[in-house]
Amino acid sequence: MEEITAQYESFYHEKGRYKGILSWLMSTDHKRIGIQYLCALLAFFSIGVLLGLLMRLNLIMPGKIIGQETYNRVFSVHGIVMIFLFIIPGIPVAFGNFFLPIMIGARDVAFPRLNRFTWWTYLAGATLVVISLFAAGGAPDTGWTFYAPYSIRAKANITLAVAGVFVLGFSSILTGINFVTTIHRLRAPGVTWQNLPLFVWTLYATGWVQLLATPVLAITLIFIILGRVFGVGFFDPAKGGDPILYEHLFWTYSHPAVYIMILPAMGIISEVIPVFARKKIFGYRAVVYSALGIASVGYFVWGHHMFTSGMSDTARIIFSFITFLVAVPTGVKIFNWVGTLYKASIVGNAPMYFALTFIFLFSIGGLTGLIIGSLEPNLHLHGTYFIVAHFHYVMFGGVGFAILAGLHYWFPKMSGRMYEERPAKIGWFILFVGFNVLYFSMFILGYEGMPRRYFDYPPRYFTLHLVSTIGSWILAMGLAIIAGNLLSALFRGPKAPADPWGGRTLEWTIPSPPPAENFAETPVVRD
Amino acid sequence: MILGPSNVGGKIETSFLIITAACVVLLIAVTATMLAFIWRYRRARSPVAEDVEEKLGLEIVLTVLPTVLVLGMFYFGWVDFDYIRNPPKDAMPIDVIARQWSWSFKYQNGRQTDTLRVPVGEPVKLIMTSEDVTHSFFIPAYRIKEDCVPGLKTHLWFNADQTGTFDIFCTEYCGLGHSHMRAKLIAMPAADFQKWYGTKEEAEGGSKGLELLQAKGCLGCHTTDGARKVGPTFRGLYGGKVTVTTNAKERTITADEAYLERSVRDPGADVVKGFPNIMPKLPVSDEELREIVGYLETLGQDDDHARRNGHAAHD
Repeated sequence: MEEITAQYESFYHEKGRYKGILSWLMSTDHKRIGIQYLCALLAFFSIGVLLGLLMRLNLIMPGKIIGQETYNRVFSVHGIVMIFLFIIPGIPVAFGNFFLPIMIGARDVAFPRLNRFTWWTYLAGATLVVISLFAAGGAPDTGWTFYAPYSIRAKANITLAVAGVFVLGFSSILTGINFVTTIHRLRAPGVTWQNLPLFVWTLYATGWVQLLATPVLAITLIFIILGRVFGVGFFDPAKGGDPILYEHLFWTYSHPAVYIMILPAMGIISEVIPVFARKKIFGYRAVVYSALGIASVGYFVWGHHMFTSGMSDTARIIFSFITFLVAVPTGVKIFNWVGTLYKASIVGNAPMYFALTFIFLFSIGGLTGLIIGSLEPNLHLHGTYFIVAHFHYVMFGGVGFAILAGLHYWFPKMSGRMYEERPAKIGWFILFVGFNVLYFSMFILGYEGMPRRYFDYPPRYFTLHLVSTIGSWILAMGLAIIAGNLLSALFRGPKAPADPWGGRTLEWTIPSPPPAENFAETPVVRD
Repeated sequence: MILGPSNVGGKIETSFLIITAACVVLLIAVTATMLAFIWRYRRARSPVAEDVEEKLGLEIVLTVLPTVLVLGMFYFGWVDFDYIRNPPKDAMPIDVIARQWSWSFKYQNGRQTDTLRVPVGEPVKLIMTSEDVTHSFFIPAYRIKEDCVPGLKTHLWFNADQTGTFDIFCTEYCGLGHSHMRAKLIAMPAADFQKWYGTKEEAEGGSKGLELLQAKGCLGCHTTDGARKVGPTFRGLYGGKVTVTTNAKERTITADEAYLERSVRDPGADVVKGFPNIMPKLPVSDEELREIVGYLETLGQDDDHARRNGHAAHD
């Protein structure tokens, strides 16, 4: 590695033509855009967490704090905020924006102005969603899935919220185009498809999914708006429409969207584990092919969300079969991560703690996915808390823990400061305990038949609900410690060296935080 | 083979347990391997990492093995699926009508009720639909569910093996009263069932009005025992004072016959304070309405009605 000069201007100093807040909003620097996205995402995540805590609180004393109508709005907004404002844009817009160009040795993404535009589009979509929460008519009460015909008839601000999600979709598509183009065109000499960092590979696969799947969501949402505003009956059987058509269209996007969320998370894990195991990943090619396999087969499994929808039995069998096939590349990835630990020299820093926990929690999420992807068990478990537990293990235990791994791993690079290891690990431990208390009890609740989206329930489910709610408090405490530790490091942490972890990718060859132009000279990578 | 309270329930439970057991074994294997590696290859014990040569053979095994495993799981999820989904020809058909937020069950002889009664030992086929939005019919004890979709007929079937009373839940979110859209399934000895089935059009309470309330699904939102559900209770309603909103103005009126009839014919005209304006207009004949109001009269006025009404207003 070259000697890093002591004097340089980081991207925080180089403001460009504008001052103050405009130096951020008008910036085309991928790092500034990434940081802004990260702040917005964490803000929405915090709101989502608070709403989740409120739901859990209601479930130990239904009707005492919030009423039925409010509860329905709270779980809907929790879902909409967490899915559309936090986890779908998630890793690509925050970490992807910041690190993708650096990792391939580029000065910026292929279309920096388009990148700025997608950030504005995200803000516009988020604003519409936020307005829908407070405008007259009330926050959406349909669940994040907006199932027709209920979403066509409901009186709340569905049109506004759906329009917001529509705009967010454009942000997602344009980010996908930008990243795919960047990876094709802007790789530095020596950065090839055979040595591309795995995080970049997963962003590439994700970019294609965003590009190809999101338009389907856009059309579906337009159909809802046409139905609500002009009475067009795409989903209304009285007008020759079909409610199941909505479910097909919705899940044609929303299942691949699961891979938009999880693929980049797998990318982070594939970066973090080799660095802290001090060796190369086991089976680089297998990890790449499995990412591409997931991204392509993932388009054809949406029907497993509809096993009890009234869809034909033949279709159910086929969708179940393909669902099991998509589990294979996921299993291969888990084997490769565990295999990387063999004959390693494992350093126990916080990012590694989060990454290894990811493997455990994501395995539970994935394996329970096989249980509900099976035809017969699904008849029982569909629409129950088992599903809620399953997707929180995948989304939070998987993507959430990967984001926390990435946040600690790249914190020194993004902020130029080091965080404290001890509180990070204490926070990790409390979060891990709280997470399992909160969500594992939901598996049992679901197995016992507790339906999801219930404001109130028969008394026999009370004990498990109580356990789950206590888990939510432990989890919140863990998150608070982690957040407090990182925030204090932001202001008081010691200065970070260029490469605190012994990383092998290009971002660790430049100072922390990086200069505005990333590289003084275009780097050349040799194997 | 596990036996449950119904034929399909046992088969589904068996399949669930086999697949779950396989998943638990896989999870333990992955986690144990990971923990062993973390322990054995931690920095203190293994200061220098060794790069491991990738072995194509091992990678093929690690791909083929999970493929075989998941195909096995798929098989155990599928093996009884055709049996569970295809009712025998002699199954007794019962229509299930879902609406916001109640269930209605209609038998072949025209009998309609809000509690599903079935004979033990005889196959029953449910033919299901919805009058408004999508609902889902779920009997947790039998491990089966299927959506009730407007404009579509879906089906379920089962053969009750044991007598008993079981929960029926709605498991597709359908709006405000979703969590109270519950009913009961009563599996009864075949002889008892035939007796009940034969006594046409006579409600358990001995009142035509109660039977109508059950058949029309009113009891999905209104109780007859004083408990608060989606809408106000019927107990003590008749002849009492009610605070309602009429044309955005609040007023207190007496719940007389005219008020009760108006509340059924045009539910949005006077909305009781503390409750949402969401009751649908249901088709009711004049004669039926008279029966219903007559029944509400028998639920009468009781002393703590005023207290409960005041309580409701503060909720």
